[in-house]
Amino acid sequence: MATRPIRFLHRGRTVEVSAVATTRTVLDWLREDAHCTGTKEGCNEGDCGACTVAIGAPALSADDPNAVDGLSLTTANACLLYVPALDGKALFTVEDVAAADGTLHPVQRALVEHHGSQCGFCTPGFVLSLWVAWQRHAARGTKPSRQALADELSGNLCRCTGYRPILDAGEAMLDGDVAPGRLPVETLLGALAALADDTTFVHTHAGRSFVAPRTLDAFAAERLARPDATLLAGATDVGLWTNKQFRDLPELLFVGGVDALKRIESVRDGDAAWLSIGAGASLDAAWRALVARWPSLEDIWLRFAGTPLRHAGTMGGNVANGSPIGDAAPVLMALGARLVLRRGDAERRLGLDAFYTGYMQNRLQRGEFLQAIEVPLDGPGVLPAVRAWKLSKRFDCDISAVCAGLAIDVDAAGTVRAARFAFGGMAATVARAHGAEAAAVGQAWSEATLERAMRALDADFTPLDDLRASARYRRLAARNLLRRLWLETRLDAPLRPHETTVWHREGAEA
Amino acid sequence: VNRALDPAWLAPAAQAVGVDRTHESAHLHVAGAAPYVDDLPELAGTLHAALGLAGVAHGRIIDFDRERVAALPGVVAVLTAADVPGENDCGPVLHDDPILADGTVHHAGQPVFAVIATTRLAALRAAATAREVLRIEPLPAHLTARQAHAAGAHVLPSMHLARGDARSAIDAAPHRLAGSFEVGGQEQFYLEGQVSYAVPREDRTMRVHCSTQHPSEMQHLVAKCLGLASHDVQVECRRMGGGFGGKESQSALFACVAAIAAARLQRPVKLRLDRDDDFMVTGRRHDFSYDWEAGFDDEGRIHGIAATLISRAGFSADLSGPVMTRALCHLDGAYFLPAVDAWGHSARTHTASNTAFRGFGGPQGAFLAERVVDEIARALGKDALDVRRLNLYDHPDVSARSTTPYGQPVDDNIAPELVAELERTGRYRERRAAIAAFNATSPVLKRGLALTPVKFGISFNLVHLNQAGALVHVYGDGSVLVNHGGTEMGQGLHTKVAQVVAHALGVPLAQVRVTATDTHKVPNTSATAASTGSDLNGKAAEDAALRIRGRLVAFAADHWQVDPAAVRFQDGRVVVGAAAEMSFRELVVAAYVARVQLWSDGFYATPGLSWDKETMTGRPFFYFAYGAAMSEVVVDTLTGEWKLLAAHVLHDAGRSLNPAIDIGQVEGGFVQGMGWLTSEELVWHPADGSPKAGRLLTHAPSTYKIPTANDCPAEFVVRLWEGDCRAETIHRSKATGEPPLLLPFSVFFAIRDAISSVAGHRMHPPLDAPATPEAILRAVEAVRGVPA
Repeated sequence: MATRPIRFLHRGRTVEVSAVATTRTVLDWLREDAHCTGTKEGCNEGDCGACTVAIGAPALSADDPNAVDGLSLTTANACLLYVPALDGKALFTVEDVAAADGTLHPVQRALVEHHGSQCGFCTPGFVLSLWVAWQRHAARGTKPSRQALADELSGNLCRCTGYRPILDAGEAMLDGDVAPGRLPVETLLGALAALADDTTFVHTHAGRSFVAPRTLDAFAAERLARPDATLLAGATDVGLWTNKQFRDLPELLFVGGVDALKRIESVRDGDAAWLSIGAGASLDAAWRALVARWPSLEDIWLRFAGTPLRHAGTMGGNVANGSPIGDAAPVLMALGARLVLRRGDAERRLGLDAFYTGYMQNRLQRGEFLQAIEVPLDGPGVLPAVRAWKLSKRFDCDISAVCAGLAIDVDAAGTVRAARFAFGGMAATVARAHGAEAAAVGQAWSEATLERAMRALDADFTPLDDLRASARYRRLAARNLLRRLWLETRLDAPLRPHETTVWHREGAEA
Repeated sequence: VNRALDPAWLAPAAQAVGVDRTHESAHLHVAGAAPYVDDLPELAGTLHAALGLAGVAHGRIIDFDRERVAALPGVVAVLTAADVPGENDCGPVLHDDPILADGTVHHAGQPVFAVIATTRLAALRAAATAREVLRIEPLPAHLTARQAHAAGAHVLPSMHLARGDARSAIDAAPHRLAGSFEVGGQEQFYLEGQVSYAVPREDRTMRVHCSTQHPSEMQHLVAKCLGLASHDVQVECRRMGGGFGGKESQSALFACVAAIAAARLQRPVKLRLDRDDDFMVTGRRHDFSYDWEAGFDDEGRIHGIAATLISRAGFSADLSGPVMTRALCHLDGAYFLPAVDAWGHSARTHTASNTAFRGFGGPQGAFLAERVVDEIARALGKDALDVRRLNLYDHPDVSARSTTPYGQPVDDNIAPELVAELERTGRYRERRAAIAAFNATSPVLKRGLALTPVKFGISFNLVHLNQAGALVHVYGDGSVLVNHGGTEMGQGLHTKVAQVVAHALGVPLAQVRVTATDTHKVPNTSATAASTGSDLNGKAAEDAALRIRGRLVAFAADHWQVDPAAVRFQDGRVVVGAAAEMSFRELVVAAYVARVQLWSDGFYATPGLSWDKETMTGRPFFYFAYGAAMSEVVVDTLTGEWKLLAAHVLHDAGRSLNPAIDIGQVEGGFVQGMGWLTSEELVWHPADGSPKAGRLLTHAPSTYKIPTANDCPAEFVVRLWEGDCRAETIHRSKATGEPPLLLPFSVFFAIRDAISSVAGHRMHPPLDAPATPEAILRAVEAVRGVPA
């Protein structure tokens, strides 16, 4: 184990940091310790994007969608990033974007010329989000569509402009010569290689520790040795415990240093192929893999949190955390996913629909952790029609009032062969609607069957009133989502998505 | 040389106004190089403050374990109301706003104590123990405006605006309608939260860097709480990361706490709120409850309206009085109401004290008019736009249907032609037909359309606030420094003022710099509010610049012996008739050597205003700003989800000083107003007998949803109306801060139109604002039950 300073690249040099709390955020470090005040605090909970920074690390695979010539470059909320998690990475902030002589970067110029800032407080965050997109597109000679830009900016709030000029700036930012604004990727990769460390990294401060194993076996051993440690991946939830509740976390066991846990791959188990999503894979990477197989999941991918949160957070974290309003579990349940749980050297598999035992409670044993999520790609576990819909007050980056993952297999005669209806927001855990499923399976997929299933749904769940929606709305909307599924999957005159949802995008897949 | 200025001397100068110019700080914003208060380098010894909040809506403070808080790591001092050296009040109008709660708690987010610590984190940690260290005996609480009103609890006397005999007019009208509805409040959600940094200076004086729209009021209130005179306190604000009204009066509590702590400890103290605390401590746009009745004829012409407006004032008066005044002065919308009887009640609730927010009651008033015409049209089976056009104010030379209920003639009315123009360019009638065809065949999704007008009165209702001052310095190198009483919150005020000064002096814009607003420079200023920033400060700065220019003209005419009219300033050059031509700088150097005063103050007071608050009559507004918007939406009748498909806007900025900046105000106001009426929902813990009752549940961006980039419609066509302001404003421009906030009424009424189509437009959808998916689905279900 290496107990040594935290090392990362910042402003063109290697920074070594020793005397910081294990939960000190990069935002506080930047503003208070490094005196780089360009990065702003707007909410300190990852929802406004004023603190957006960029993180660079060597790309793990050639097809990393975030790669800029071998450097994986993603946005992050500095307020939800603990300084020790930067170890071995490159940190870029708004101070890095202009040239050394102060010449504005094309992204900055475009924002100025299109009047993309008013009060200017959110602007550094927008600059970083656009700059990361710019680097990616400049490296490939591509340009983002206006829609892609809006999706890219889902984690950045602006209260002044109404966004039109920012989107205009995004469309124009790649118009000129891109060479001068590009990152010196080779130099950066060289500097990052010098920081690489294969051994478990430990940072301690004031009796608190941050432990970052590098291999799966080392991680499993640490988990067994530290069963009370808080598992930390993207800190998209844990960060709130410390930023808002000021909770003391004596031991942090960091998932993010284990590359093996980030793997997403096809595996065979007996006759069936499974998509294995490592528990440390980012939400964005995990959703991207699912959408590649099930294009109908595109909306729920893009609506899952904001862009920086999707890069920081993990699908494993979302599932293991077990929030009843986490959006991954209903979809994975509908897909028939199972979990790979590991304790020491022992692995076991468990259906996701059997994992939760109560509000934020699950079947993980002491010293055990979630290693991977497996989703069947073929075989009888795969139901042909898959839908995922979330209902919330805002399209982007909102928490669902209701989230439905729905899968159904209707045979040529119009009989329901199998169905998996999973809902979030309807109970203390994400759960399948067994009554509604039973009402449908084996029946003709008719409106009468649908209505029986809708009625059965009322018995499946007893939702609550809260700030997101009333129980009444949740019941009614959940029933109506079953109706939407029926409208789209009935044999007789099925409706197309552009006839059933206001979010359908021109040219998108059904 | 210093003789009075004769404007006839002044030749037209180069065009620095009426052109697109980027925000003066844009190049700094994008580089993260524009400092906000929290970015200023901290002085050695700086301490940090945080506030301990009550957690109970109404109650008596029984006990506070101050020792326990004081013993926490890093804590230097713990302050309560007893530690305020002067007056424990930061109310802008009445003295009912304690800085720290004294004995009684009036809302769940009320600050009871302040922790001063060596780091911000230590202060926040210690303050977060509030619920453990405070013992508060609960008292009965009013949590909604209707509940408080029914109990007779108000922060101010009720207001009554009346013209004619509304009761008889309604009773005698061929048709009558009545209804009740609610419009929710709105959090400002400035991206930069409230922050003040107080620095003790020599001889008990105090300097406060404060993110505020109202430095003068901060100065007065800080002086009052410290027991000092105004000249002992300096308040400075270079820029805010957004204000929207939320930093007009409500920056005061934080400025006062920082200053009290700094004075006591003789150390610099910074108080920057955590976002959640900001939500819980400060007030917002007032939510309103409405009961109304209207009489109208077969064509849809309104004969009379009677209405009761109840606002949620919160626990104190703050600006609720002027907000209600503006609401009543805008309940006509852009429509002539022959007979009106309207009551405005500012209900005292045990929630945060509501305050200014862009529009300042105007939107809440005008919303009523749109609701009424919407229902009249549906009741008569007419297109809502036809009823709207029928009721628009006439021109005074056309008919007597041109005077507001408070007696001000609408003598600059352009609403009819502006609406007609948007109807044409937005292809309203074609859309209407296409939507009807779509809805006839679409089982789940329904489309809706609305085109709504805006008329918004410009000036502070309170006449004496309509004044401003400025200072302009010309240095020996020809560079120009401007200071004025207005504050920069992103609206581009400093850019516009710099343009006005550059224009007046005939110098390039780059030669003019505007500096931080500072109570040591221009005193007794009004808040940068009521959209008046550039109207007032532009005029004051122009006055100062023209005085200097007048002196330069007089000097040059005298020196080169030419007619003053022959001295011209353009593009940084000065032409002195046929006698000489030189750079502005050369003229300045010559004038300096000749001992000409090269700096000046400037002053402006808006002419012709009057307001009688007893009778609610007068001419409170210098002019009206107009606009119109057309929105087309699609609504999902299974889930209540909706999407804005297209928005077309035509807005009146007079002869815009800077069209790019004004377009930015229009678009930003549109999207912000759309958020208010749709996704931005405030939810409090209900009165269920638990101690949590009255706590705000939506106190962070995770739970309170302002629009994002994907909410900006793909088809968003925004144009400025071409036409001068009739009133003699700065270069005949019009204010653009607040009026655009009313444009997205069109979004709300388009949603209502789509819902209405479910029942063939035979029932008024019972839709309140905000129109969340839940509210929409509830309205859909209500109209679905209507038999065909």
